[in-house]
Formats: sequence, structure tokens, C-alpha cells
Amino acid sequence: MSALSEVFDRCRAEGRAALVGYLPAGFPDLETSLAAVRVLAEAGADVVEVGVPYTDPLMDGPVIERAASRALAGGFRLPQVFDLVRAVREAGAVPVVMSYWNPVLHYGPERFAADLAAAGGAGMITPDLVPDEADAWLEAARAHDLDPVFLVAPSSTDARLRSTTQACRGFVYVASTMGVTGTRTTVGGSAATLVERVRAVTDLPLCVGLGVSDGAQAAEVAAFADGVIVGSALVRAVDEDPTLEGLRAVTADLAAGVRR
Amino acid sequence: MSGPTAEPRPGRFGAFGGRYVPEALVAALEELEEAWHEAMADPDFVAELDRLQRDYTGRPNPLTEVPRFAEHAGGARVFLKREDLNHTGSHKINNVLGQALLTVRMGKTRVIAETGAGQHGVATATAAALLGLDCTVYMGEVDTRRQALNVARMRLLGAEVVPVATGSATLKDAINEAMRDWVTTVERTHYLLGTVTGPHPFPTMVRDFHAVIGREAREQLLERTGRLPDAVCACVGGGSNAMGIFHPFRDDEQVRLLGFEAGGDGVASGRHASRFSGGEPGVLHGAASYVLQDEDGQTLPTHSISAGLDYPSVGPEHAFLHDSGRATYAPVTDTEAMEAFALLSRTEGIIPAIESAHALAGAVRVGRELAEAAGGAFAADDPDRPVILVNLSGRGDKDVDTAARWFGLVDGEDLVEAEALKAAEPVAEAEGSGW
Repeated sequence: MSALSEVFDRCRAEGRAALVGYLPAGFPDLETSLAAVRVLAEAGADVVEVGVPYTDPLMDGPVIERAASRALAGGFRLPQVFDLVRAVREAGAVPVVMSYWNPVLHYGPERFAADLAAAGGAGMITPDLVPDEADAWLEAARAHDLDPVFLVAPSSTDARLRSTTQACRGFVYVASTMGVTGTRTTVGGSAATLVERVRAVTDLPLCVGLGVSDGAQAAEVAAFADGVIVGSALVRAVDEDPTLEGLRAVTADLAAGVRR
Repeated sequence: MSGPTAEPRPGRFGAFGGRYVPEALVAALEELEEAWHEAMADPDFVAELDRLQRDYTGRPNPLTEVPRFAEHAGGARVFLKREDLNHTGSHKINNVLGQALLTVRMGKTRVIAETGAGQHGVATATAAALLGLDCTVYMGEVDTRRQALNVARMRLLGAEVVPVATGSATLKDAINEAMRDWVTTVERTHYLLGTVTGPHPFPTMVRDFHAVIGREAREQLLERTGRLPDAVCACVGGGSNAMGIFHPFRDDEQVRLLGFEAGGDGVASGRHASRFSGGEPGVLHGAASYVLQDEDGQTLPTHSISAGLDYPSVGPEHAFLHDSGRATYAPVTDTEAMEAFALLSRTEGIIPAIESAHALAGAVRVGRELAEAAGGAFAADDPDRPVILVNLSGRGDKDVDTAARWFGLVDGEDLVEAEALKAAEPVAEAEGSGW
């Protein structure tokens, strides 16, 4: 059983949703990002998504886009992502990587999978790689017992929901709305509708992302999803308070939200 | 004998192409692909597009022989396909009209576009005005400054122009921003992508809308000379004008297909946009192709005096043509392009777009190489002189400010006094191979 399956089973046994937190590697610098993922894990994130900064993050809104630019300007190098994965693992949460495809393709999918597995990573989320184009990654992930996590969206047809979830392991990333990452005042009913559609085609845990920023929203999503994904709100907390106390507080609020 | 098989499956050109996009966009791409296939099989759609190309764009545009220019190209015969004479001033309108009609057919009310030099943005704003569509154009902030005239044109046509300040603030960042808009508004918005890059079906669809360039040129040249060209020259940014003129010649094996990329300050300087000299296979903006990237797969900044060629990747079919050897690609520096820009202006009274000037510089280089191989410049009465076809993809009105600065004309100097005159020396007297 994979580390992701275990964590979702445990949360289900506790009668709650999992909290999945995203932070980009190297933001605002490598040391702070290492400390930040530890805080995230300690303050209640069950799964930590370590984001790979990329020059052309076309699925990301301004908060994460700027964070990625700063990480790259600060000298982020790809292998540093494995240091963060190790830090998450040591802090007791389950690490996954989220990366656009070209950095992984250039590193070599097989080599990336080997290094990610060696660092204790559980899988990878690929925002611009759909299963149709993922043969090389699926093979590498299988060889190293990593869970490939793909996204589904409100625009996905039922046929695509079926084929995409069949390629997923660990969990399915359910994009709640049509759009890029960033906080929203309401997460909206489209997420619940989509979760219902996806439940009809898979038994995998369903994590909802795009737009959640506080405990109240987390509780709302936790009512119908197996996991709540939070990104931009955490990035903003790191940006606004380099002591990371703000991050700790936001994470604790979200962790309480998924338990409500 | 036919050329290499370019498409083993839809959207793939050998190892290149594909659909590397967020899942949220897949449905829209499938809808587009279906609408495009249906439209092209619908005689009414085809007739409407033909009518617009004739009555609105002004097709067929002329094929112009340029003998005074050709004296500098080893005496080869040089013909220009005059896409610069299209309405809006470049080849871009060919694809834009096709996709704009598709937008209406799909029941969408808004188009968005990216633009580098502004030519695609102007063409899109034009078609939007013609068909009553809302229009937003994303343009890198750097490009809005160097192509200010086109920004004003788009706004006059009723489009909203959004300067993009993220990343390198050029064409690639404008594409990122257009993608972000599209993923949010896809229900009522069509992304009218302006070149042969991006996810399937864009590379194939945009090529097919531009193939009219090569079909007309091939027919006109056969009629005029009774033969096919020895070489076809085109500039390659994303590569739409080049695919448009190359495609109808793909099975004519004796015709060399030559693409000229932005060499900027020279490939060795690192300040360029020569994907086939400095790039390697990767994925950018939805397609696998050649990409200028660092050792971590991060996209590298590019440089070119020409905003329209300043892009770190290239259409996937060009990558395929490169690897298969059917087409050859070479860099042309800013300096070489500007010399050709001045040369065509002064010898033929045609001011080209700086993008197209890269193809002209390439034609001069090729003509001189052919002459050298034949033991000297070709005589004007030599019936076997080689024939070079150049896609003059756009006109230079938008570039007058850049050119005036480059040649030092802003203080009222004469071009005659400027450095550019050296470029106008006939080949016999030219020193070295500055081309």
C-alpha cells in the first residue's frame, strides 16, 4: 500500500478529510522553504506538495507565479526539490512533488523518479501532463512505486474522467473551477458537482484544489471531498511573514477546518 | 516519390507535437479539432473563407521578381511572395480569418490572442471588428514599447491590449497569460493562437490556413518561369509563414526548404533565438519541440531585434523537418537582417518587416553560395540561373522607428551617410561573407 493510500485511509478512519498543502521549493530562498515545509507538516498538513519553480507556469495565478520567479531568481536548482521532499518526510507528512513537465523531461523521467523515490517522495502531480502524453512518466513511476496524480476539471467529459482517473494512483486532483491557482472568496458549487461525477467512475480519494484559503472554506470542501488542497494562501503567508508564524497559524486554521 | 511521413498520428510530427496542456483545456481542444474538420468539409465555410481572402485580404497577392536586389545575391533570380501586401500588412490574416470564422461557428463570442511584433494582434483585432467579436490581445511589455504603433492600431480597432510584465515580458509570457485567460473563460472564448506552435490541433490547423501562401507561390512561379525554385527562404519565429510556404513544396524533393531564425547578437553570444543552434528537444506551451532551455529545463531568455522572432521554441513540424533533414535552419544576426532590410528598401523600394528581412538575408547568403559553387556570379542572361523564392511575410511600417534608430536616422541623417550603405555593394565588390 502506498504512503498516500495509507494517509487517506487514516484520515477516513478519523472521519475527516486530509489537508494537502502546497509550497514552492526555493521560495523565498532554499533555507526558508526547507523550514516552511517543516512548519506545514508540524502544523497539520497530512500531505505536502513541493512545487518545482518553473519559468512558464501557465496553470498558476499571480501569487504562485511570482513565488516561482523569485525562487528562480534566487538560484533554485532542480535537485534541491529532493532536499525538501526529505524534509517533509522527516517532519512526518507525506511528500509529493508538483511539477510542470519540461523540468522533469529534461532531468530524465526515469532519473527523476529514481531520485524522488530515494528521497522518500510518494508521487507527483503533473499540471500540464495529461495521461495521453504520459507514457514515459507512467513507466518511470511504476518502476519506482510512485503514485502519478493527474488533474480533472469541470470541463472534462465523462469519458475523460474515466480514462484520467484510471491512470491515477494515490489520489485524484479535482480542480474545483475553471481557472488558475489563487484564492477565491467562494469555492463554488461546481466543485461538489464535479466530485460527484468523479465518484461515479473511481474509488480513489478525491482532493479538491484551486481557491481554498481558510478553515471555513476547508470545512465546506471537506464535507464532500477526501482531501482539501491549499496553495496560494500558504505562499502568501510565507511571503508576508518570513518568521513562518503566519504560515503556522494559517495551517492550523485549515487543519481545524478539515476536522470540523 | 513523396516526402517523409510527417504525421504518424494526429498532432504528432515524429517525436514532436502533442498536447501538453492542463486537463481543463482538453475539451476545448477536442471541440476545436472537431469544428475545424467539420468546417473544412463544409463547402459553405470554405467558400466564405475564399471570399474573405479574395475581397478582404486581397488574395492572391503578387509574386514580385526583384532583379536589383538579386544582384547582391550572386545573380540568382529572386522572387518575393508578397504577403506584405495583404490587408493588415502580413501573412497573419490568412490564419486569423480561418480561426475567426471557426469561432463564430463554435458559437463563441470572444477571441484572445498573443502577439510579439503586433502583426498577429492587429490581424486578430481586425477580424474581431469584422465579425463582431470581443477581442483581448496579450503582448509582452517590452514588445508594447518597441511596437507601439501596432498597439495603437489594435486599440483603434476596438481590441483591449494587455501588456504582460511577468517573466521576460515578451512573446512567451504573452502566451502564458493568454493560456491563463483561456483556461478561465474557455466556455465563451476561443484562443486564436497565431502560429504553428501550441497543442494539437493548432500546429496543423494554422499551417493549413497558411498553406495558401505556398500554393499560390508555386503556381505563380511555374507560370512565370516554367520551373520550381531551387530554394524557398522564410524566417522562422514560431514558424507559421515558413510552414505556409514550405508545405506545398514538401514533396518537391529538388526544392531546398530553408528557414532562418533570429541570430540576435550571434549564437555564440547567447543573446539570440536560434532554437536549432542553441536549443534541444523539450516541451513548451503545449507542444514537444526544440526549446532554448538551461540545464534544469527552465526556459532561457531570448534576444532578437525582431519581436516576431523572439521566441524560445518553434513549431513542432519544423522540429520534425529539421530532424528528418527535409528543411535546413540557420541563424541570421540582427546586423545581417538590418543590412538586408536596407538593401531591399534601397534597391527595390520595398520596406520589409524586420522578421522578413531575416529571410531576405538568408536569400542573399544562399544566392552567393550558389554563385561561389558555380565559379562566380550568374550572368543576367544565363537561362539556368538558380531561382530563389522568398516569403516576404510582412511589411516594415511597424519597424520604421526601430530601423531609424538602428541606422542613426533619428537626427535627420541620410541613409546614404549611414553604415547600411555598405550592404548595398554588389557581390563582386563585397568583402568576405558578411551575409
